[in-house]
Amino acid sequence: MANLTLVEAVNQALAWEMAHDDSVVVFGEDVGVNGGVFRATVGLQEKFGAERVFDTPLAEAMIAGLSVGLATQGFKPVPEIQFMGFIYPALDQIVSHASRMRNRTRGRLTCPMVLRAPFGTGIRAPEHHSESTEAMFAHMPGVRVVIPSSPVRAYGLLLSAIRDLDPVIFLEPKRIYRAFRQEVPDNGEGLPLDKAFVTRPGTDVTLISWGASALETWNAAGELADEGIDCEVVDLATVSPIDKDTILESVSRTGRAVIVHEAAVSGGLGGEVAAILASEGLYSLEAPVVRVGGFDAVPPLARMEYGYIPGVQRIKDAVHECMES
Amino acid sequence: MPVVAKFEITYTQFLDEHGKAQQELPEFAADADEMARMYRFMHLTRVFDQRCINLQRTGQVNTIASSHGHEAAQIGLASAMRPEDVLAPSYREHGAVLWRGVRMSQLLAVWGGDERGHDWDGARHDFPYCVPIATQCLHAAGAALALKMRGQEACAVALCGDGATSEGAFYEALNAAGAMELPVVFWVTNNRYAISMNVQDQTGAETLAQKAIAVGIHGEQVDGNDLIAVRNAAEIALRRARSGGGASLVEALSYRLGDHTTADDATRYRPDEEVEQAARRAPLHRMKRFMQEHFGWTGEQEEALIAELEAEVEKEVEAYLAMPPPKIEDIFEHQFANMPAALEAQREIAHRYPVPD
Repeated sequence: MANLTLVEAVNQALAWEMAHDDSVVVFGEDVGVNGGVFRATVGLQEKFGAERVFDTPLAEAMIAGLSVGLATQGFKPVPEIQFMGFIYPALDQIVSHASRMRNRTRGRLTCPMVLRAPFGTGIRAPEHHSESTEAMFAHMPGVRVVIPSSPVRAYGLLLSAIRDLDPVIFLEPKRIYRAFRQEVPDNGEGLPLDKAFVTRPGTDVTLISWGASALETWNAAGELADEGIDCEVVDLATVSPIDKDTILESVSRTGRAVIVHEAAVSGGLGGEVAAILASEGLYSLEAPVVRVGGFDAVPPLARMEYGYIPGVQRIKDAVHECMES
Repeated sequence: MPVVAKFEITYTQFLDEHGKAQQELPEFAADADEMARMYRFMHLTRVFDQRCINLQRTGQVNTIASSHGHEAAQIGLASAMRPEDVLAPSYREHGAVLWRGVRMSQLLAVWGGDERGHDWDGARHDFPYCVPIATQCLHAAGAALALKMRGQEACAVALCGDGATSEGAFYEALNAAGAMELPVVFWVTNNRYAISMNVQDQTGAETLAQKAIAVGIHGEQVDGNDLIAVRNAAEIALRRARSGGGASLVEALSYRLGDHTTADDATRYRPDEEVEQAARRAPLHRMKRFMQEHFGWTGEQEEALIAELEAEVEKEVEAYLAMPPPKIEDIFEHQFANMPAALEAQREIAHRYPVPD
């Protein structure tokens, strides 16, 4: 069994699915010989040939548009957008076409594609390499937005995303690409989409997060346990559509919720989770829902990025606030 | 200083505006059946288009884009395609998609605000009408890549207008086609107007065809009102693509004789004299002369054909009007293959409220 980092698990999932489904093709900028700037696609071109794993010209709208063309004609494109900060030229193709093709043709043409993009802060990268704009995509009907937060979930969720019959935006938290390892059996077993994962059971408060913030959230829960606060931790994983049942069930037991994400807090998906709790879980709540997120400022350059995203202490303070109200 | 690149763009015309051959005609022009079929479809496009506008004026369809003046460009191109080729049309290509086998009632449904129209007959793998300008050029490139990877002897065709050539998606599609040697044809019907913007103000380039040069694909200009020039250019470009010879950009010079859509008033931005002049060069007029001269086409035949087409259109209008109304549930059923729970809940809500007409 392989002991893998998150990015290695992405690679393992791509390799598994390419080996078992001839219609899967991988392309993007520098994904071929170079294996991707984060090495997510390393070795795939050697294994599956330059016909199925290839570099494209440097044009993100084109990468997404080619994917729509390929997907409607029977392929399963799994393109990579090199950084989420460069995804915006592709938005038109995602909003205007990928998300709508099935609906506007009443199922005559469909668009099964997985657009992978590393996202978020934390690797001291230059400007435009640190965005977390998952809420923009979650607002679009017709696409799923899936975010793994561990090697095991990266492998299982990516397999399911590729097998899904509709477009998926698969956002990979690059801050934790190599943060820790897990045993990830290469058995081709997918994990369910549209499903949140309880990663730590607890009784006092529910901490809901996704992406790289799941790591700080997890660590905060560990430290809070030492203080006697028993946190349940939920990884939302599919951030659109949100698995209401899991979060409502958890909060029905704990009565308290703290939502943690790296994206700017205003208009972020924490608001959507809070709205679900307010409208469908209000009578379980013993305290106001607390949101902890990135500040409503553009993600700062490297020297301030850890001041921008919620760290363990900020999360712990939010939990204390929730516990004390 | 050494010259490192040079280019030229050819312009092809077979028939002048009176339908007189200007040079030796290609072989297909002697095929009476094929020419009659194309001529029939040009008229069908015109009759259908006029009926669509009437339907809009009487509130039976919504805003609709006219293809008046594009009959040769659309039919000449579509008739050169094979069923296994893939078409990515803009929203103004009624003639082309009708040739591909789409039913008129389905096009009316599209313009009547009903998605079922795009679940259309004909080439089921063809793309639906595309509204965001030039974005379909990328779909054609992607479809071409799919055909190439499968080793199919087929190609993809994107149809767009002159305004589309200013869009990033247009350049990106062309560039990809050049870089990846894709079996695709980009067909630009230059009808001189992008709503109110004259093509002269759209670019500093002398021709739109020369935009092909920058990406290393073939580029040429044809008289888009000359059915024979269009069909000939389309055959050559499609054959080039199918046989591994690479992509082409064909600029078909035409004129938009109608308004941009039924919501537009072109008299605000172009003089009547210009439109009248363009009408004299209209494709149907030219083909009628050609049919008379080469195949003894008579006035009676012309009248009979139009009466037959009007009846055919009327039957399709009736079929459209007789369609049972769509259901609000459909917008949920077709959003995802596997409906998320939250959407199921919304479907139940929508179901409780009747949709007003």
